[in-house]
Amino acid sequence: MEVTINGHTREVKENITLQSLLTELDIQRRGTAVEINREIIPRAGHGTHIIREGDVIEIITMVGGG
Amino acid sequence: MSDTLKIAGHEFKSRLMVGTGKYSTNELMREALDASGTEVVTVAVRRIDLTGGEGSLLEYIDTKKYTLLPNTAGCYTIDDALRTARLAREALETDLVKLEVMGDEKTLFPDNEASLEATKILVKEGFKVLAYTNDDPIMARKLEEAGAAAVMPLAAPIGSGLGIRNPYNIRIIIEGAGVPIIVDAGVGTASDAALAMELGCDGILMNTGIACAKDPLAMARAMGLATTAGRLAYRAGRIPKKLYASASSPIDGLIA
Repeated sequence: MEVTINGHTREVKENITLQSLLTELDIQRRGTAVEINREIIPRAGHGTHIIREGDVIEIITMVGGG
Repeated sequence: MSDTLKIAGHEFKSRLMVGTGKYSTNELMREALDASGTEVVTVAVRRIDLTGGEGSLLEYIDTKKYTLLPNTAGCYTIDDALRTARLAREALETDLVKLEVMGDEKTLFPDNEASLEATKILVKEGFKVLAYTNDDPIMARKLEEAGAAAVMPLAAPIGSGLGIRNPYNIRIIIEGAGVPIIVDAGVGTASDAALAMELGCDGILMNTGIACAKDPLAMARAMGLATTAGRLAYRAGRIPKKLYASASSPIDGLIA
């Protein structure tokens, strides 16, 4: 099924959990956060949150800034 | 006598806050932070690079040594600023946020109306808001009344290095403030930092002045020293300015 991650469409497995998706994408937990359809998914919920077709996912991290 | 900077339950010995942007390498950034003596380091929130790329910024920042202060830089609406602040809180598990809502790209001057509204909302959500604003004493007061943990008036436009454009306004802001006043943006060299501290600011935040200096490590050290020197001079109490001379050596006992 198709989802949008950070502005790009991407194929992901049906019924994949957010945690599995993050592992697949090799995303570290430290200093990152995830928003799905404009709603933040708290860390504790990553393991149980199921990704749905058409989800708009934003994964953010910290970069240099003033 | 201890002279620490206290913001929202945090206490810092250094009054210099340093940004992590614009360094040529992360290694240089790490060394500059160390040379400056800072204890508070700002970071920005952006989409993660899914193609790998450079390692995470946080690998270069010792979070036992530094308090991270995420910003909402690049946000031009209340919604974007709130969204960014909430993501930063989730990512870093901190309630601190340096709130910036920009008014336009050319000046990067703050949209004060939007900043005030965003401050009110974030304070209600439990954030400790350090609010970037212009050098307007009325705006500073409104932000404090809205619950800001610190108010951060600009010295000059972000990245301009113009120094303190309106020291009189900064003084008025300080006189009326019940929360720390941190001069943020526009500091170009050590004398700017010293002047800000001599005016009575509680601290300074800078990035470009260090990161884009010819020798960022030397400038980081200079800024750290200037911040300390300026603070000491402020606390020492300067002499009043006089138009005419006043001899330093005694008049009595002159041979002529």
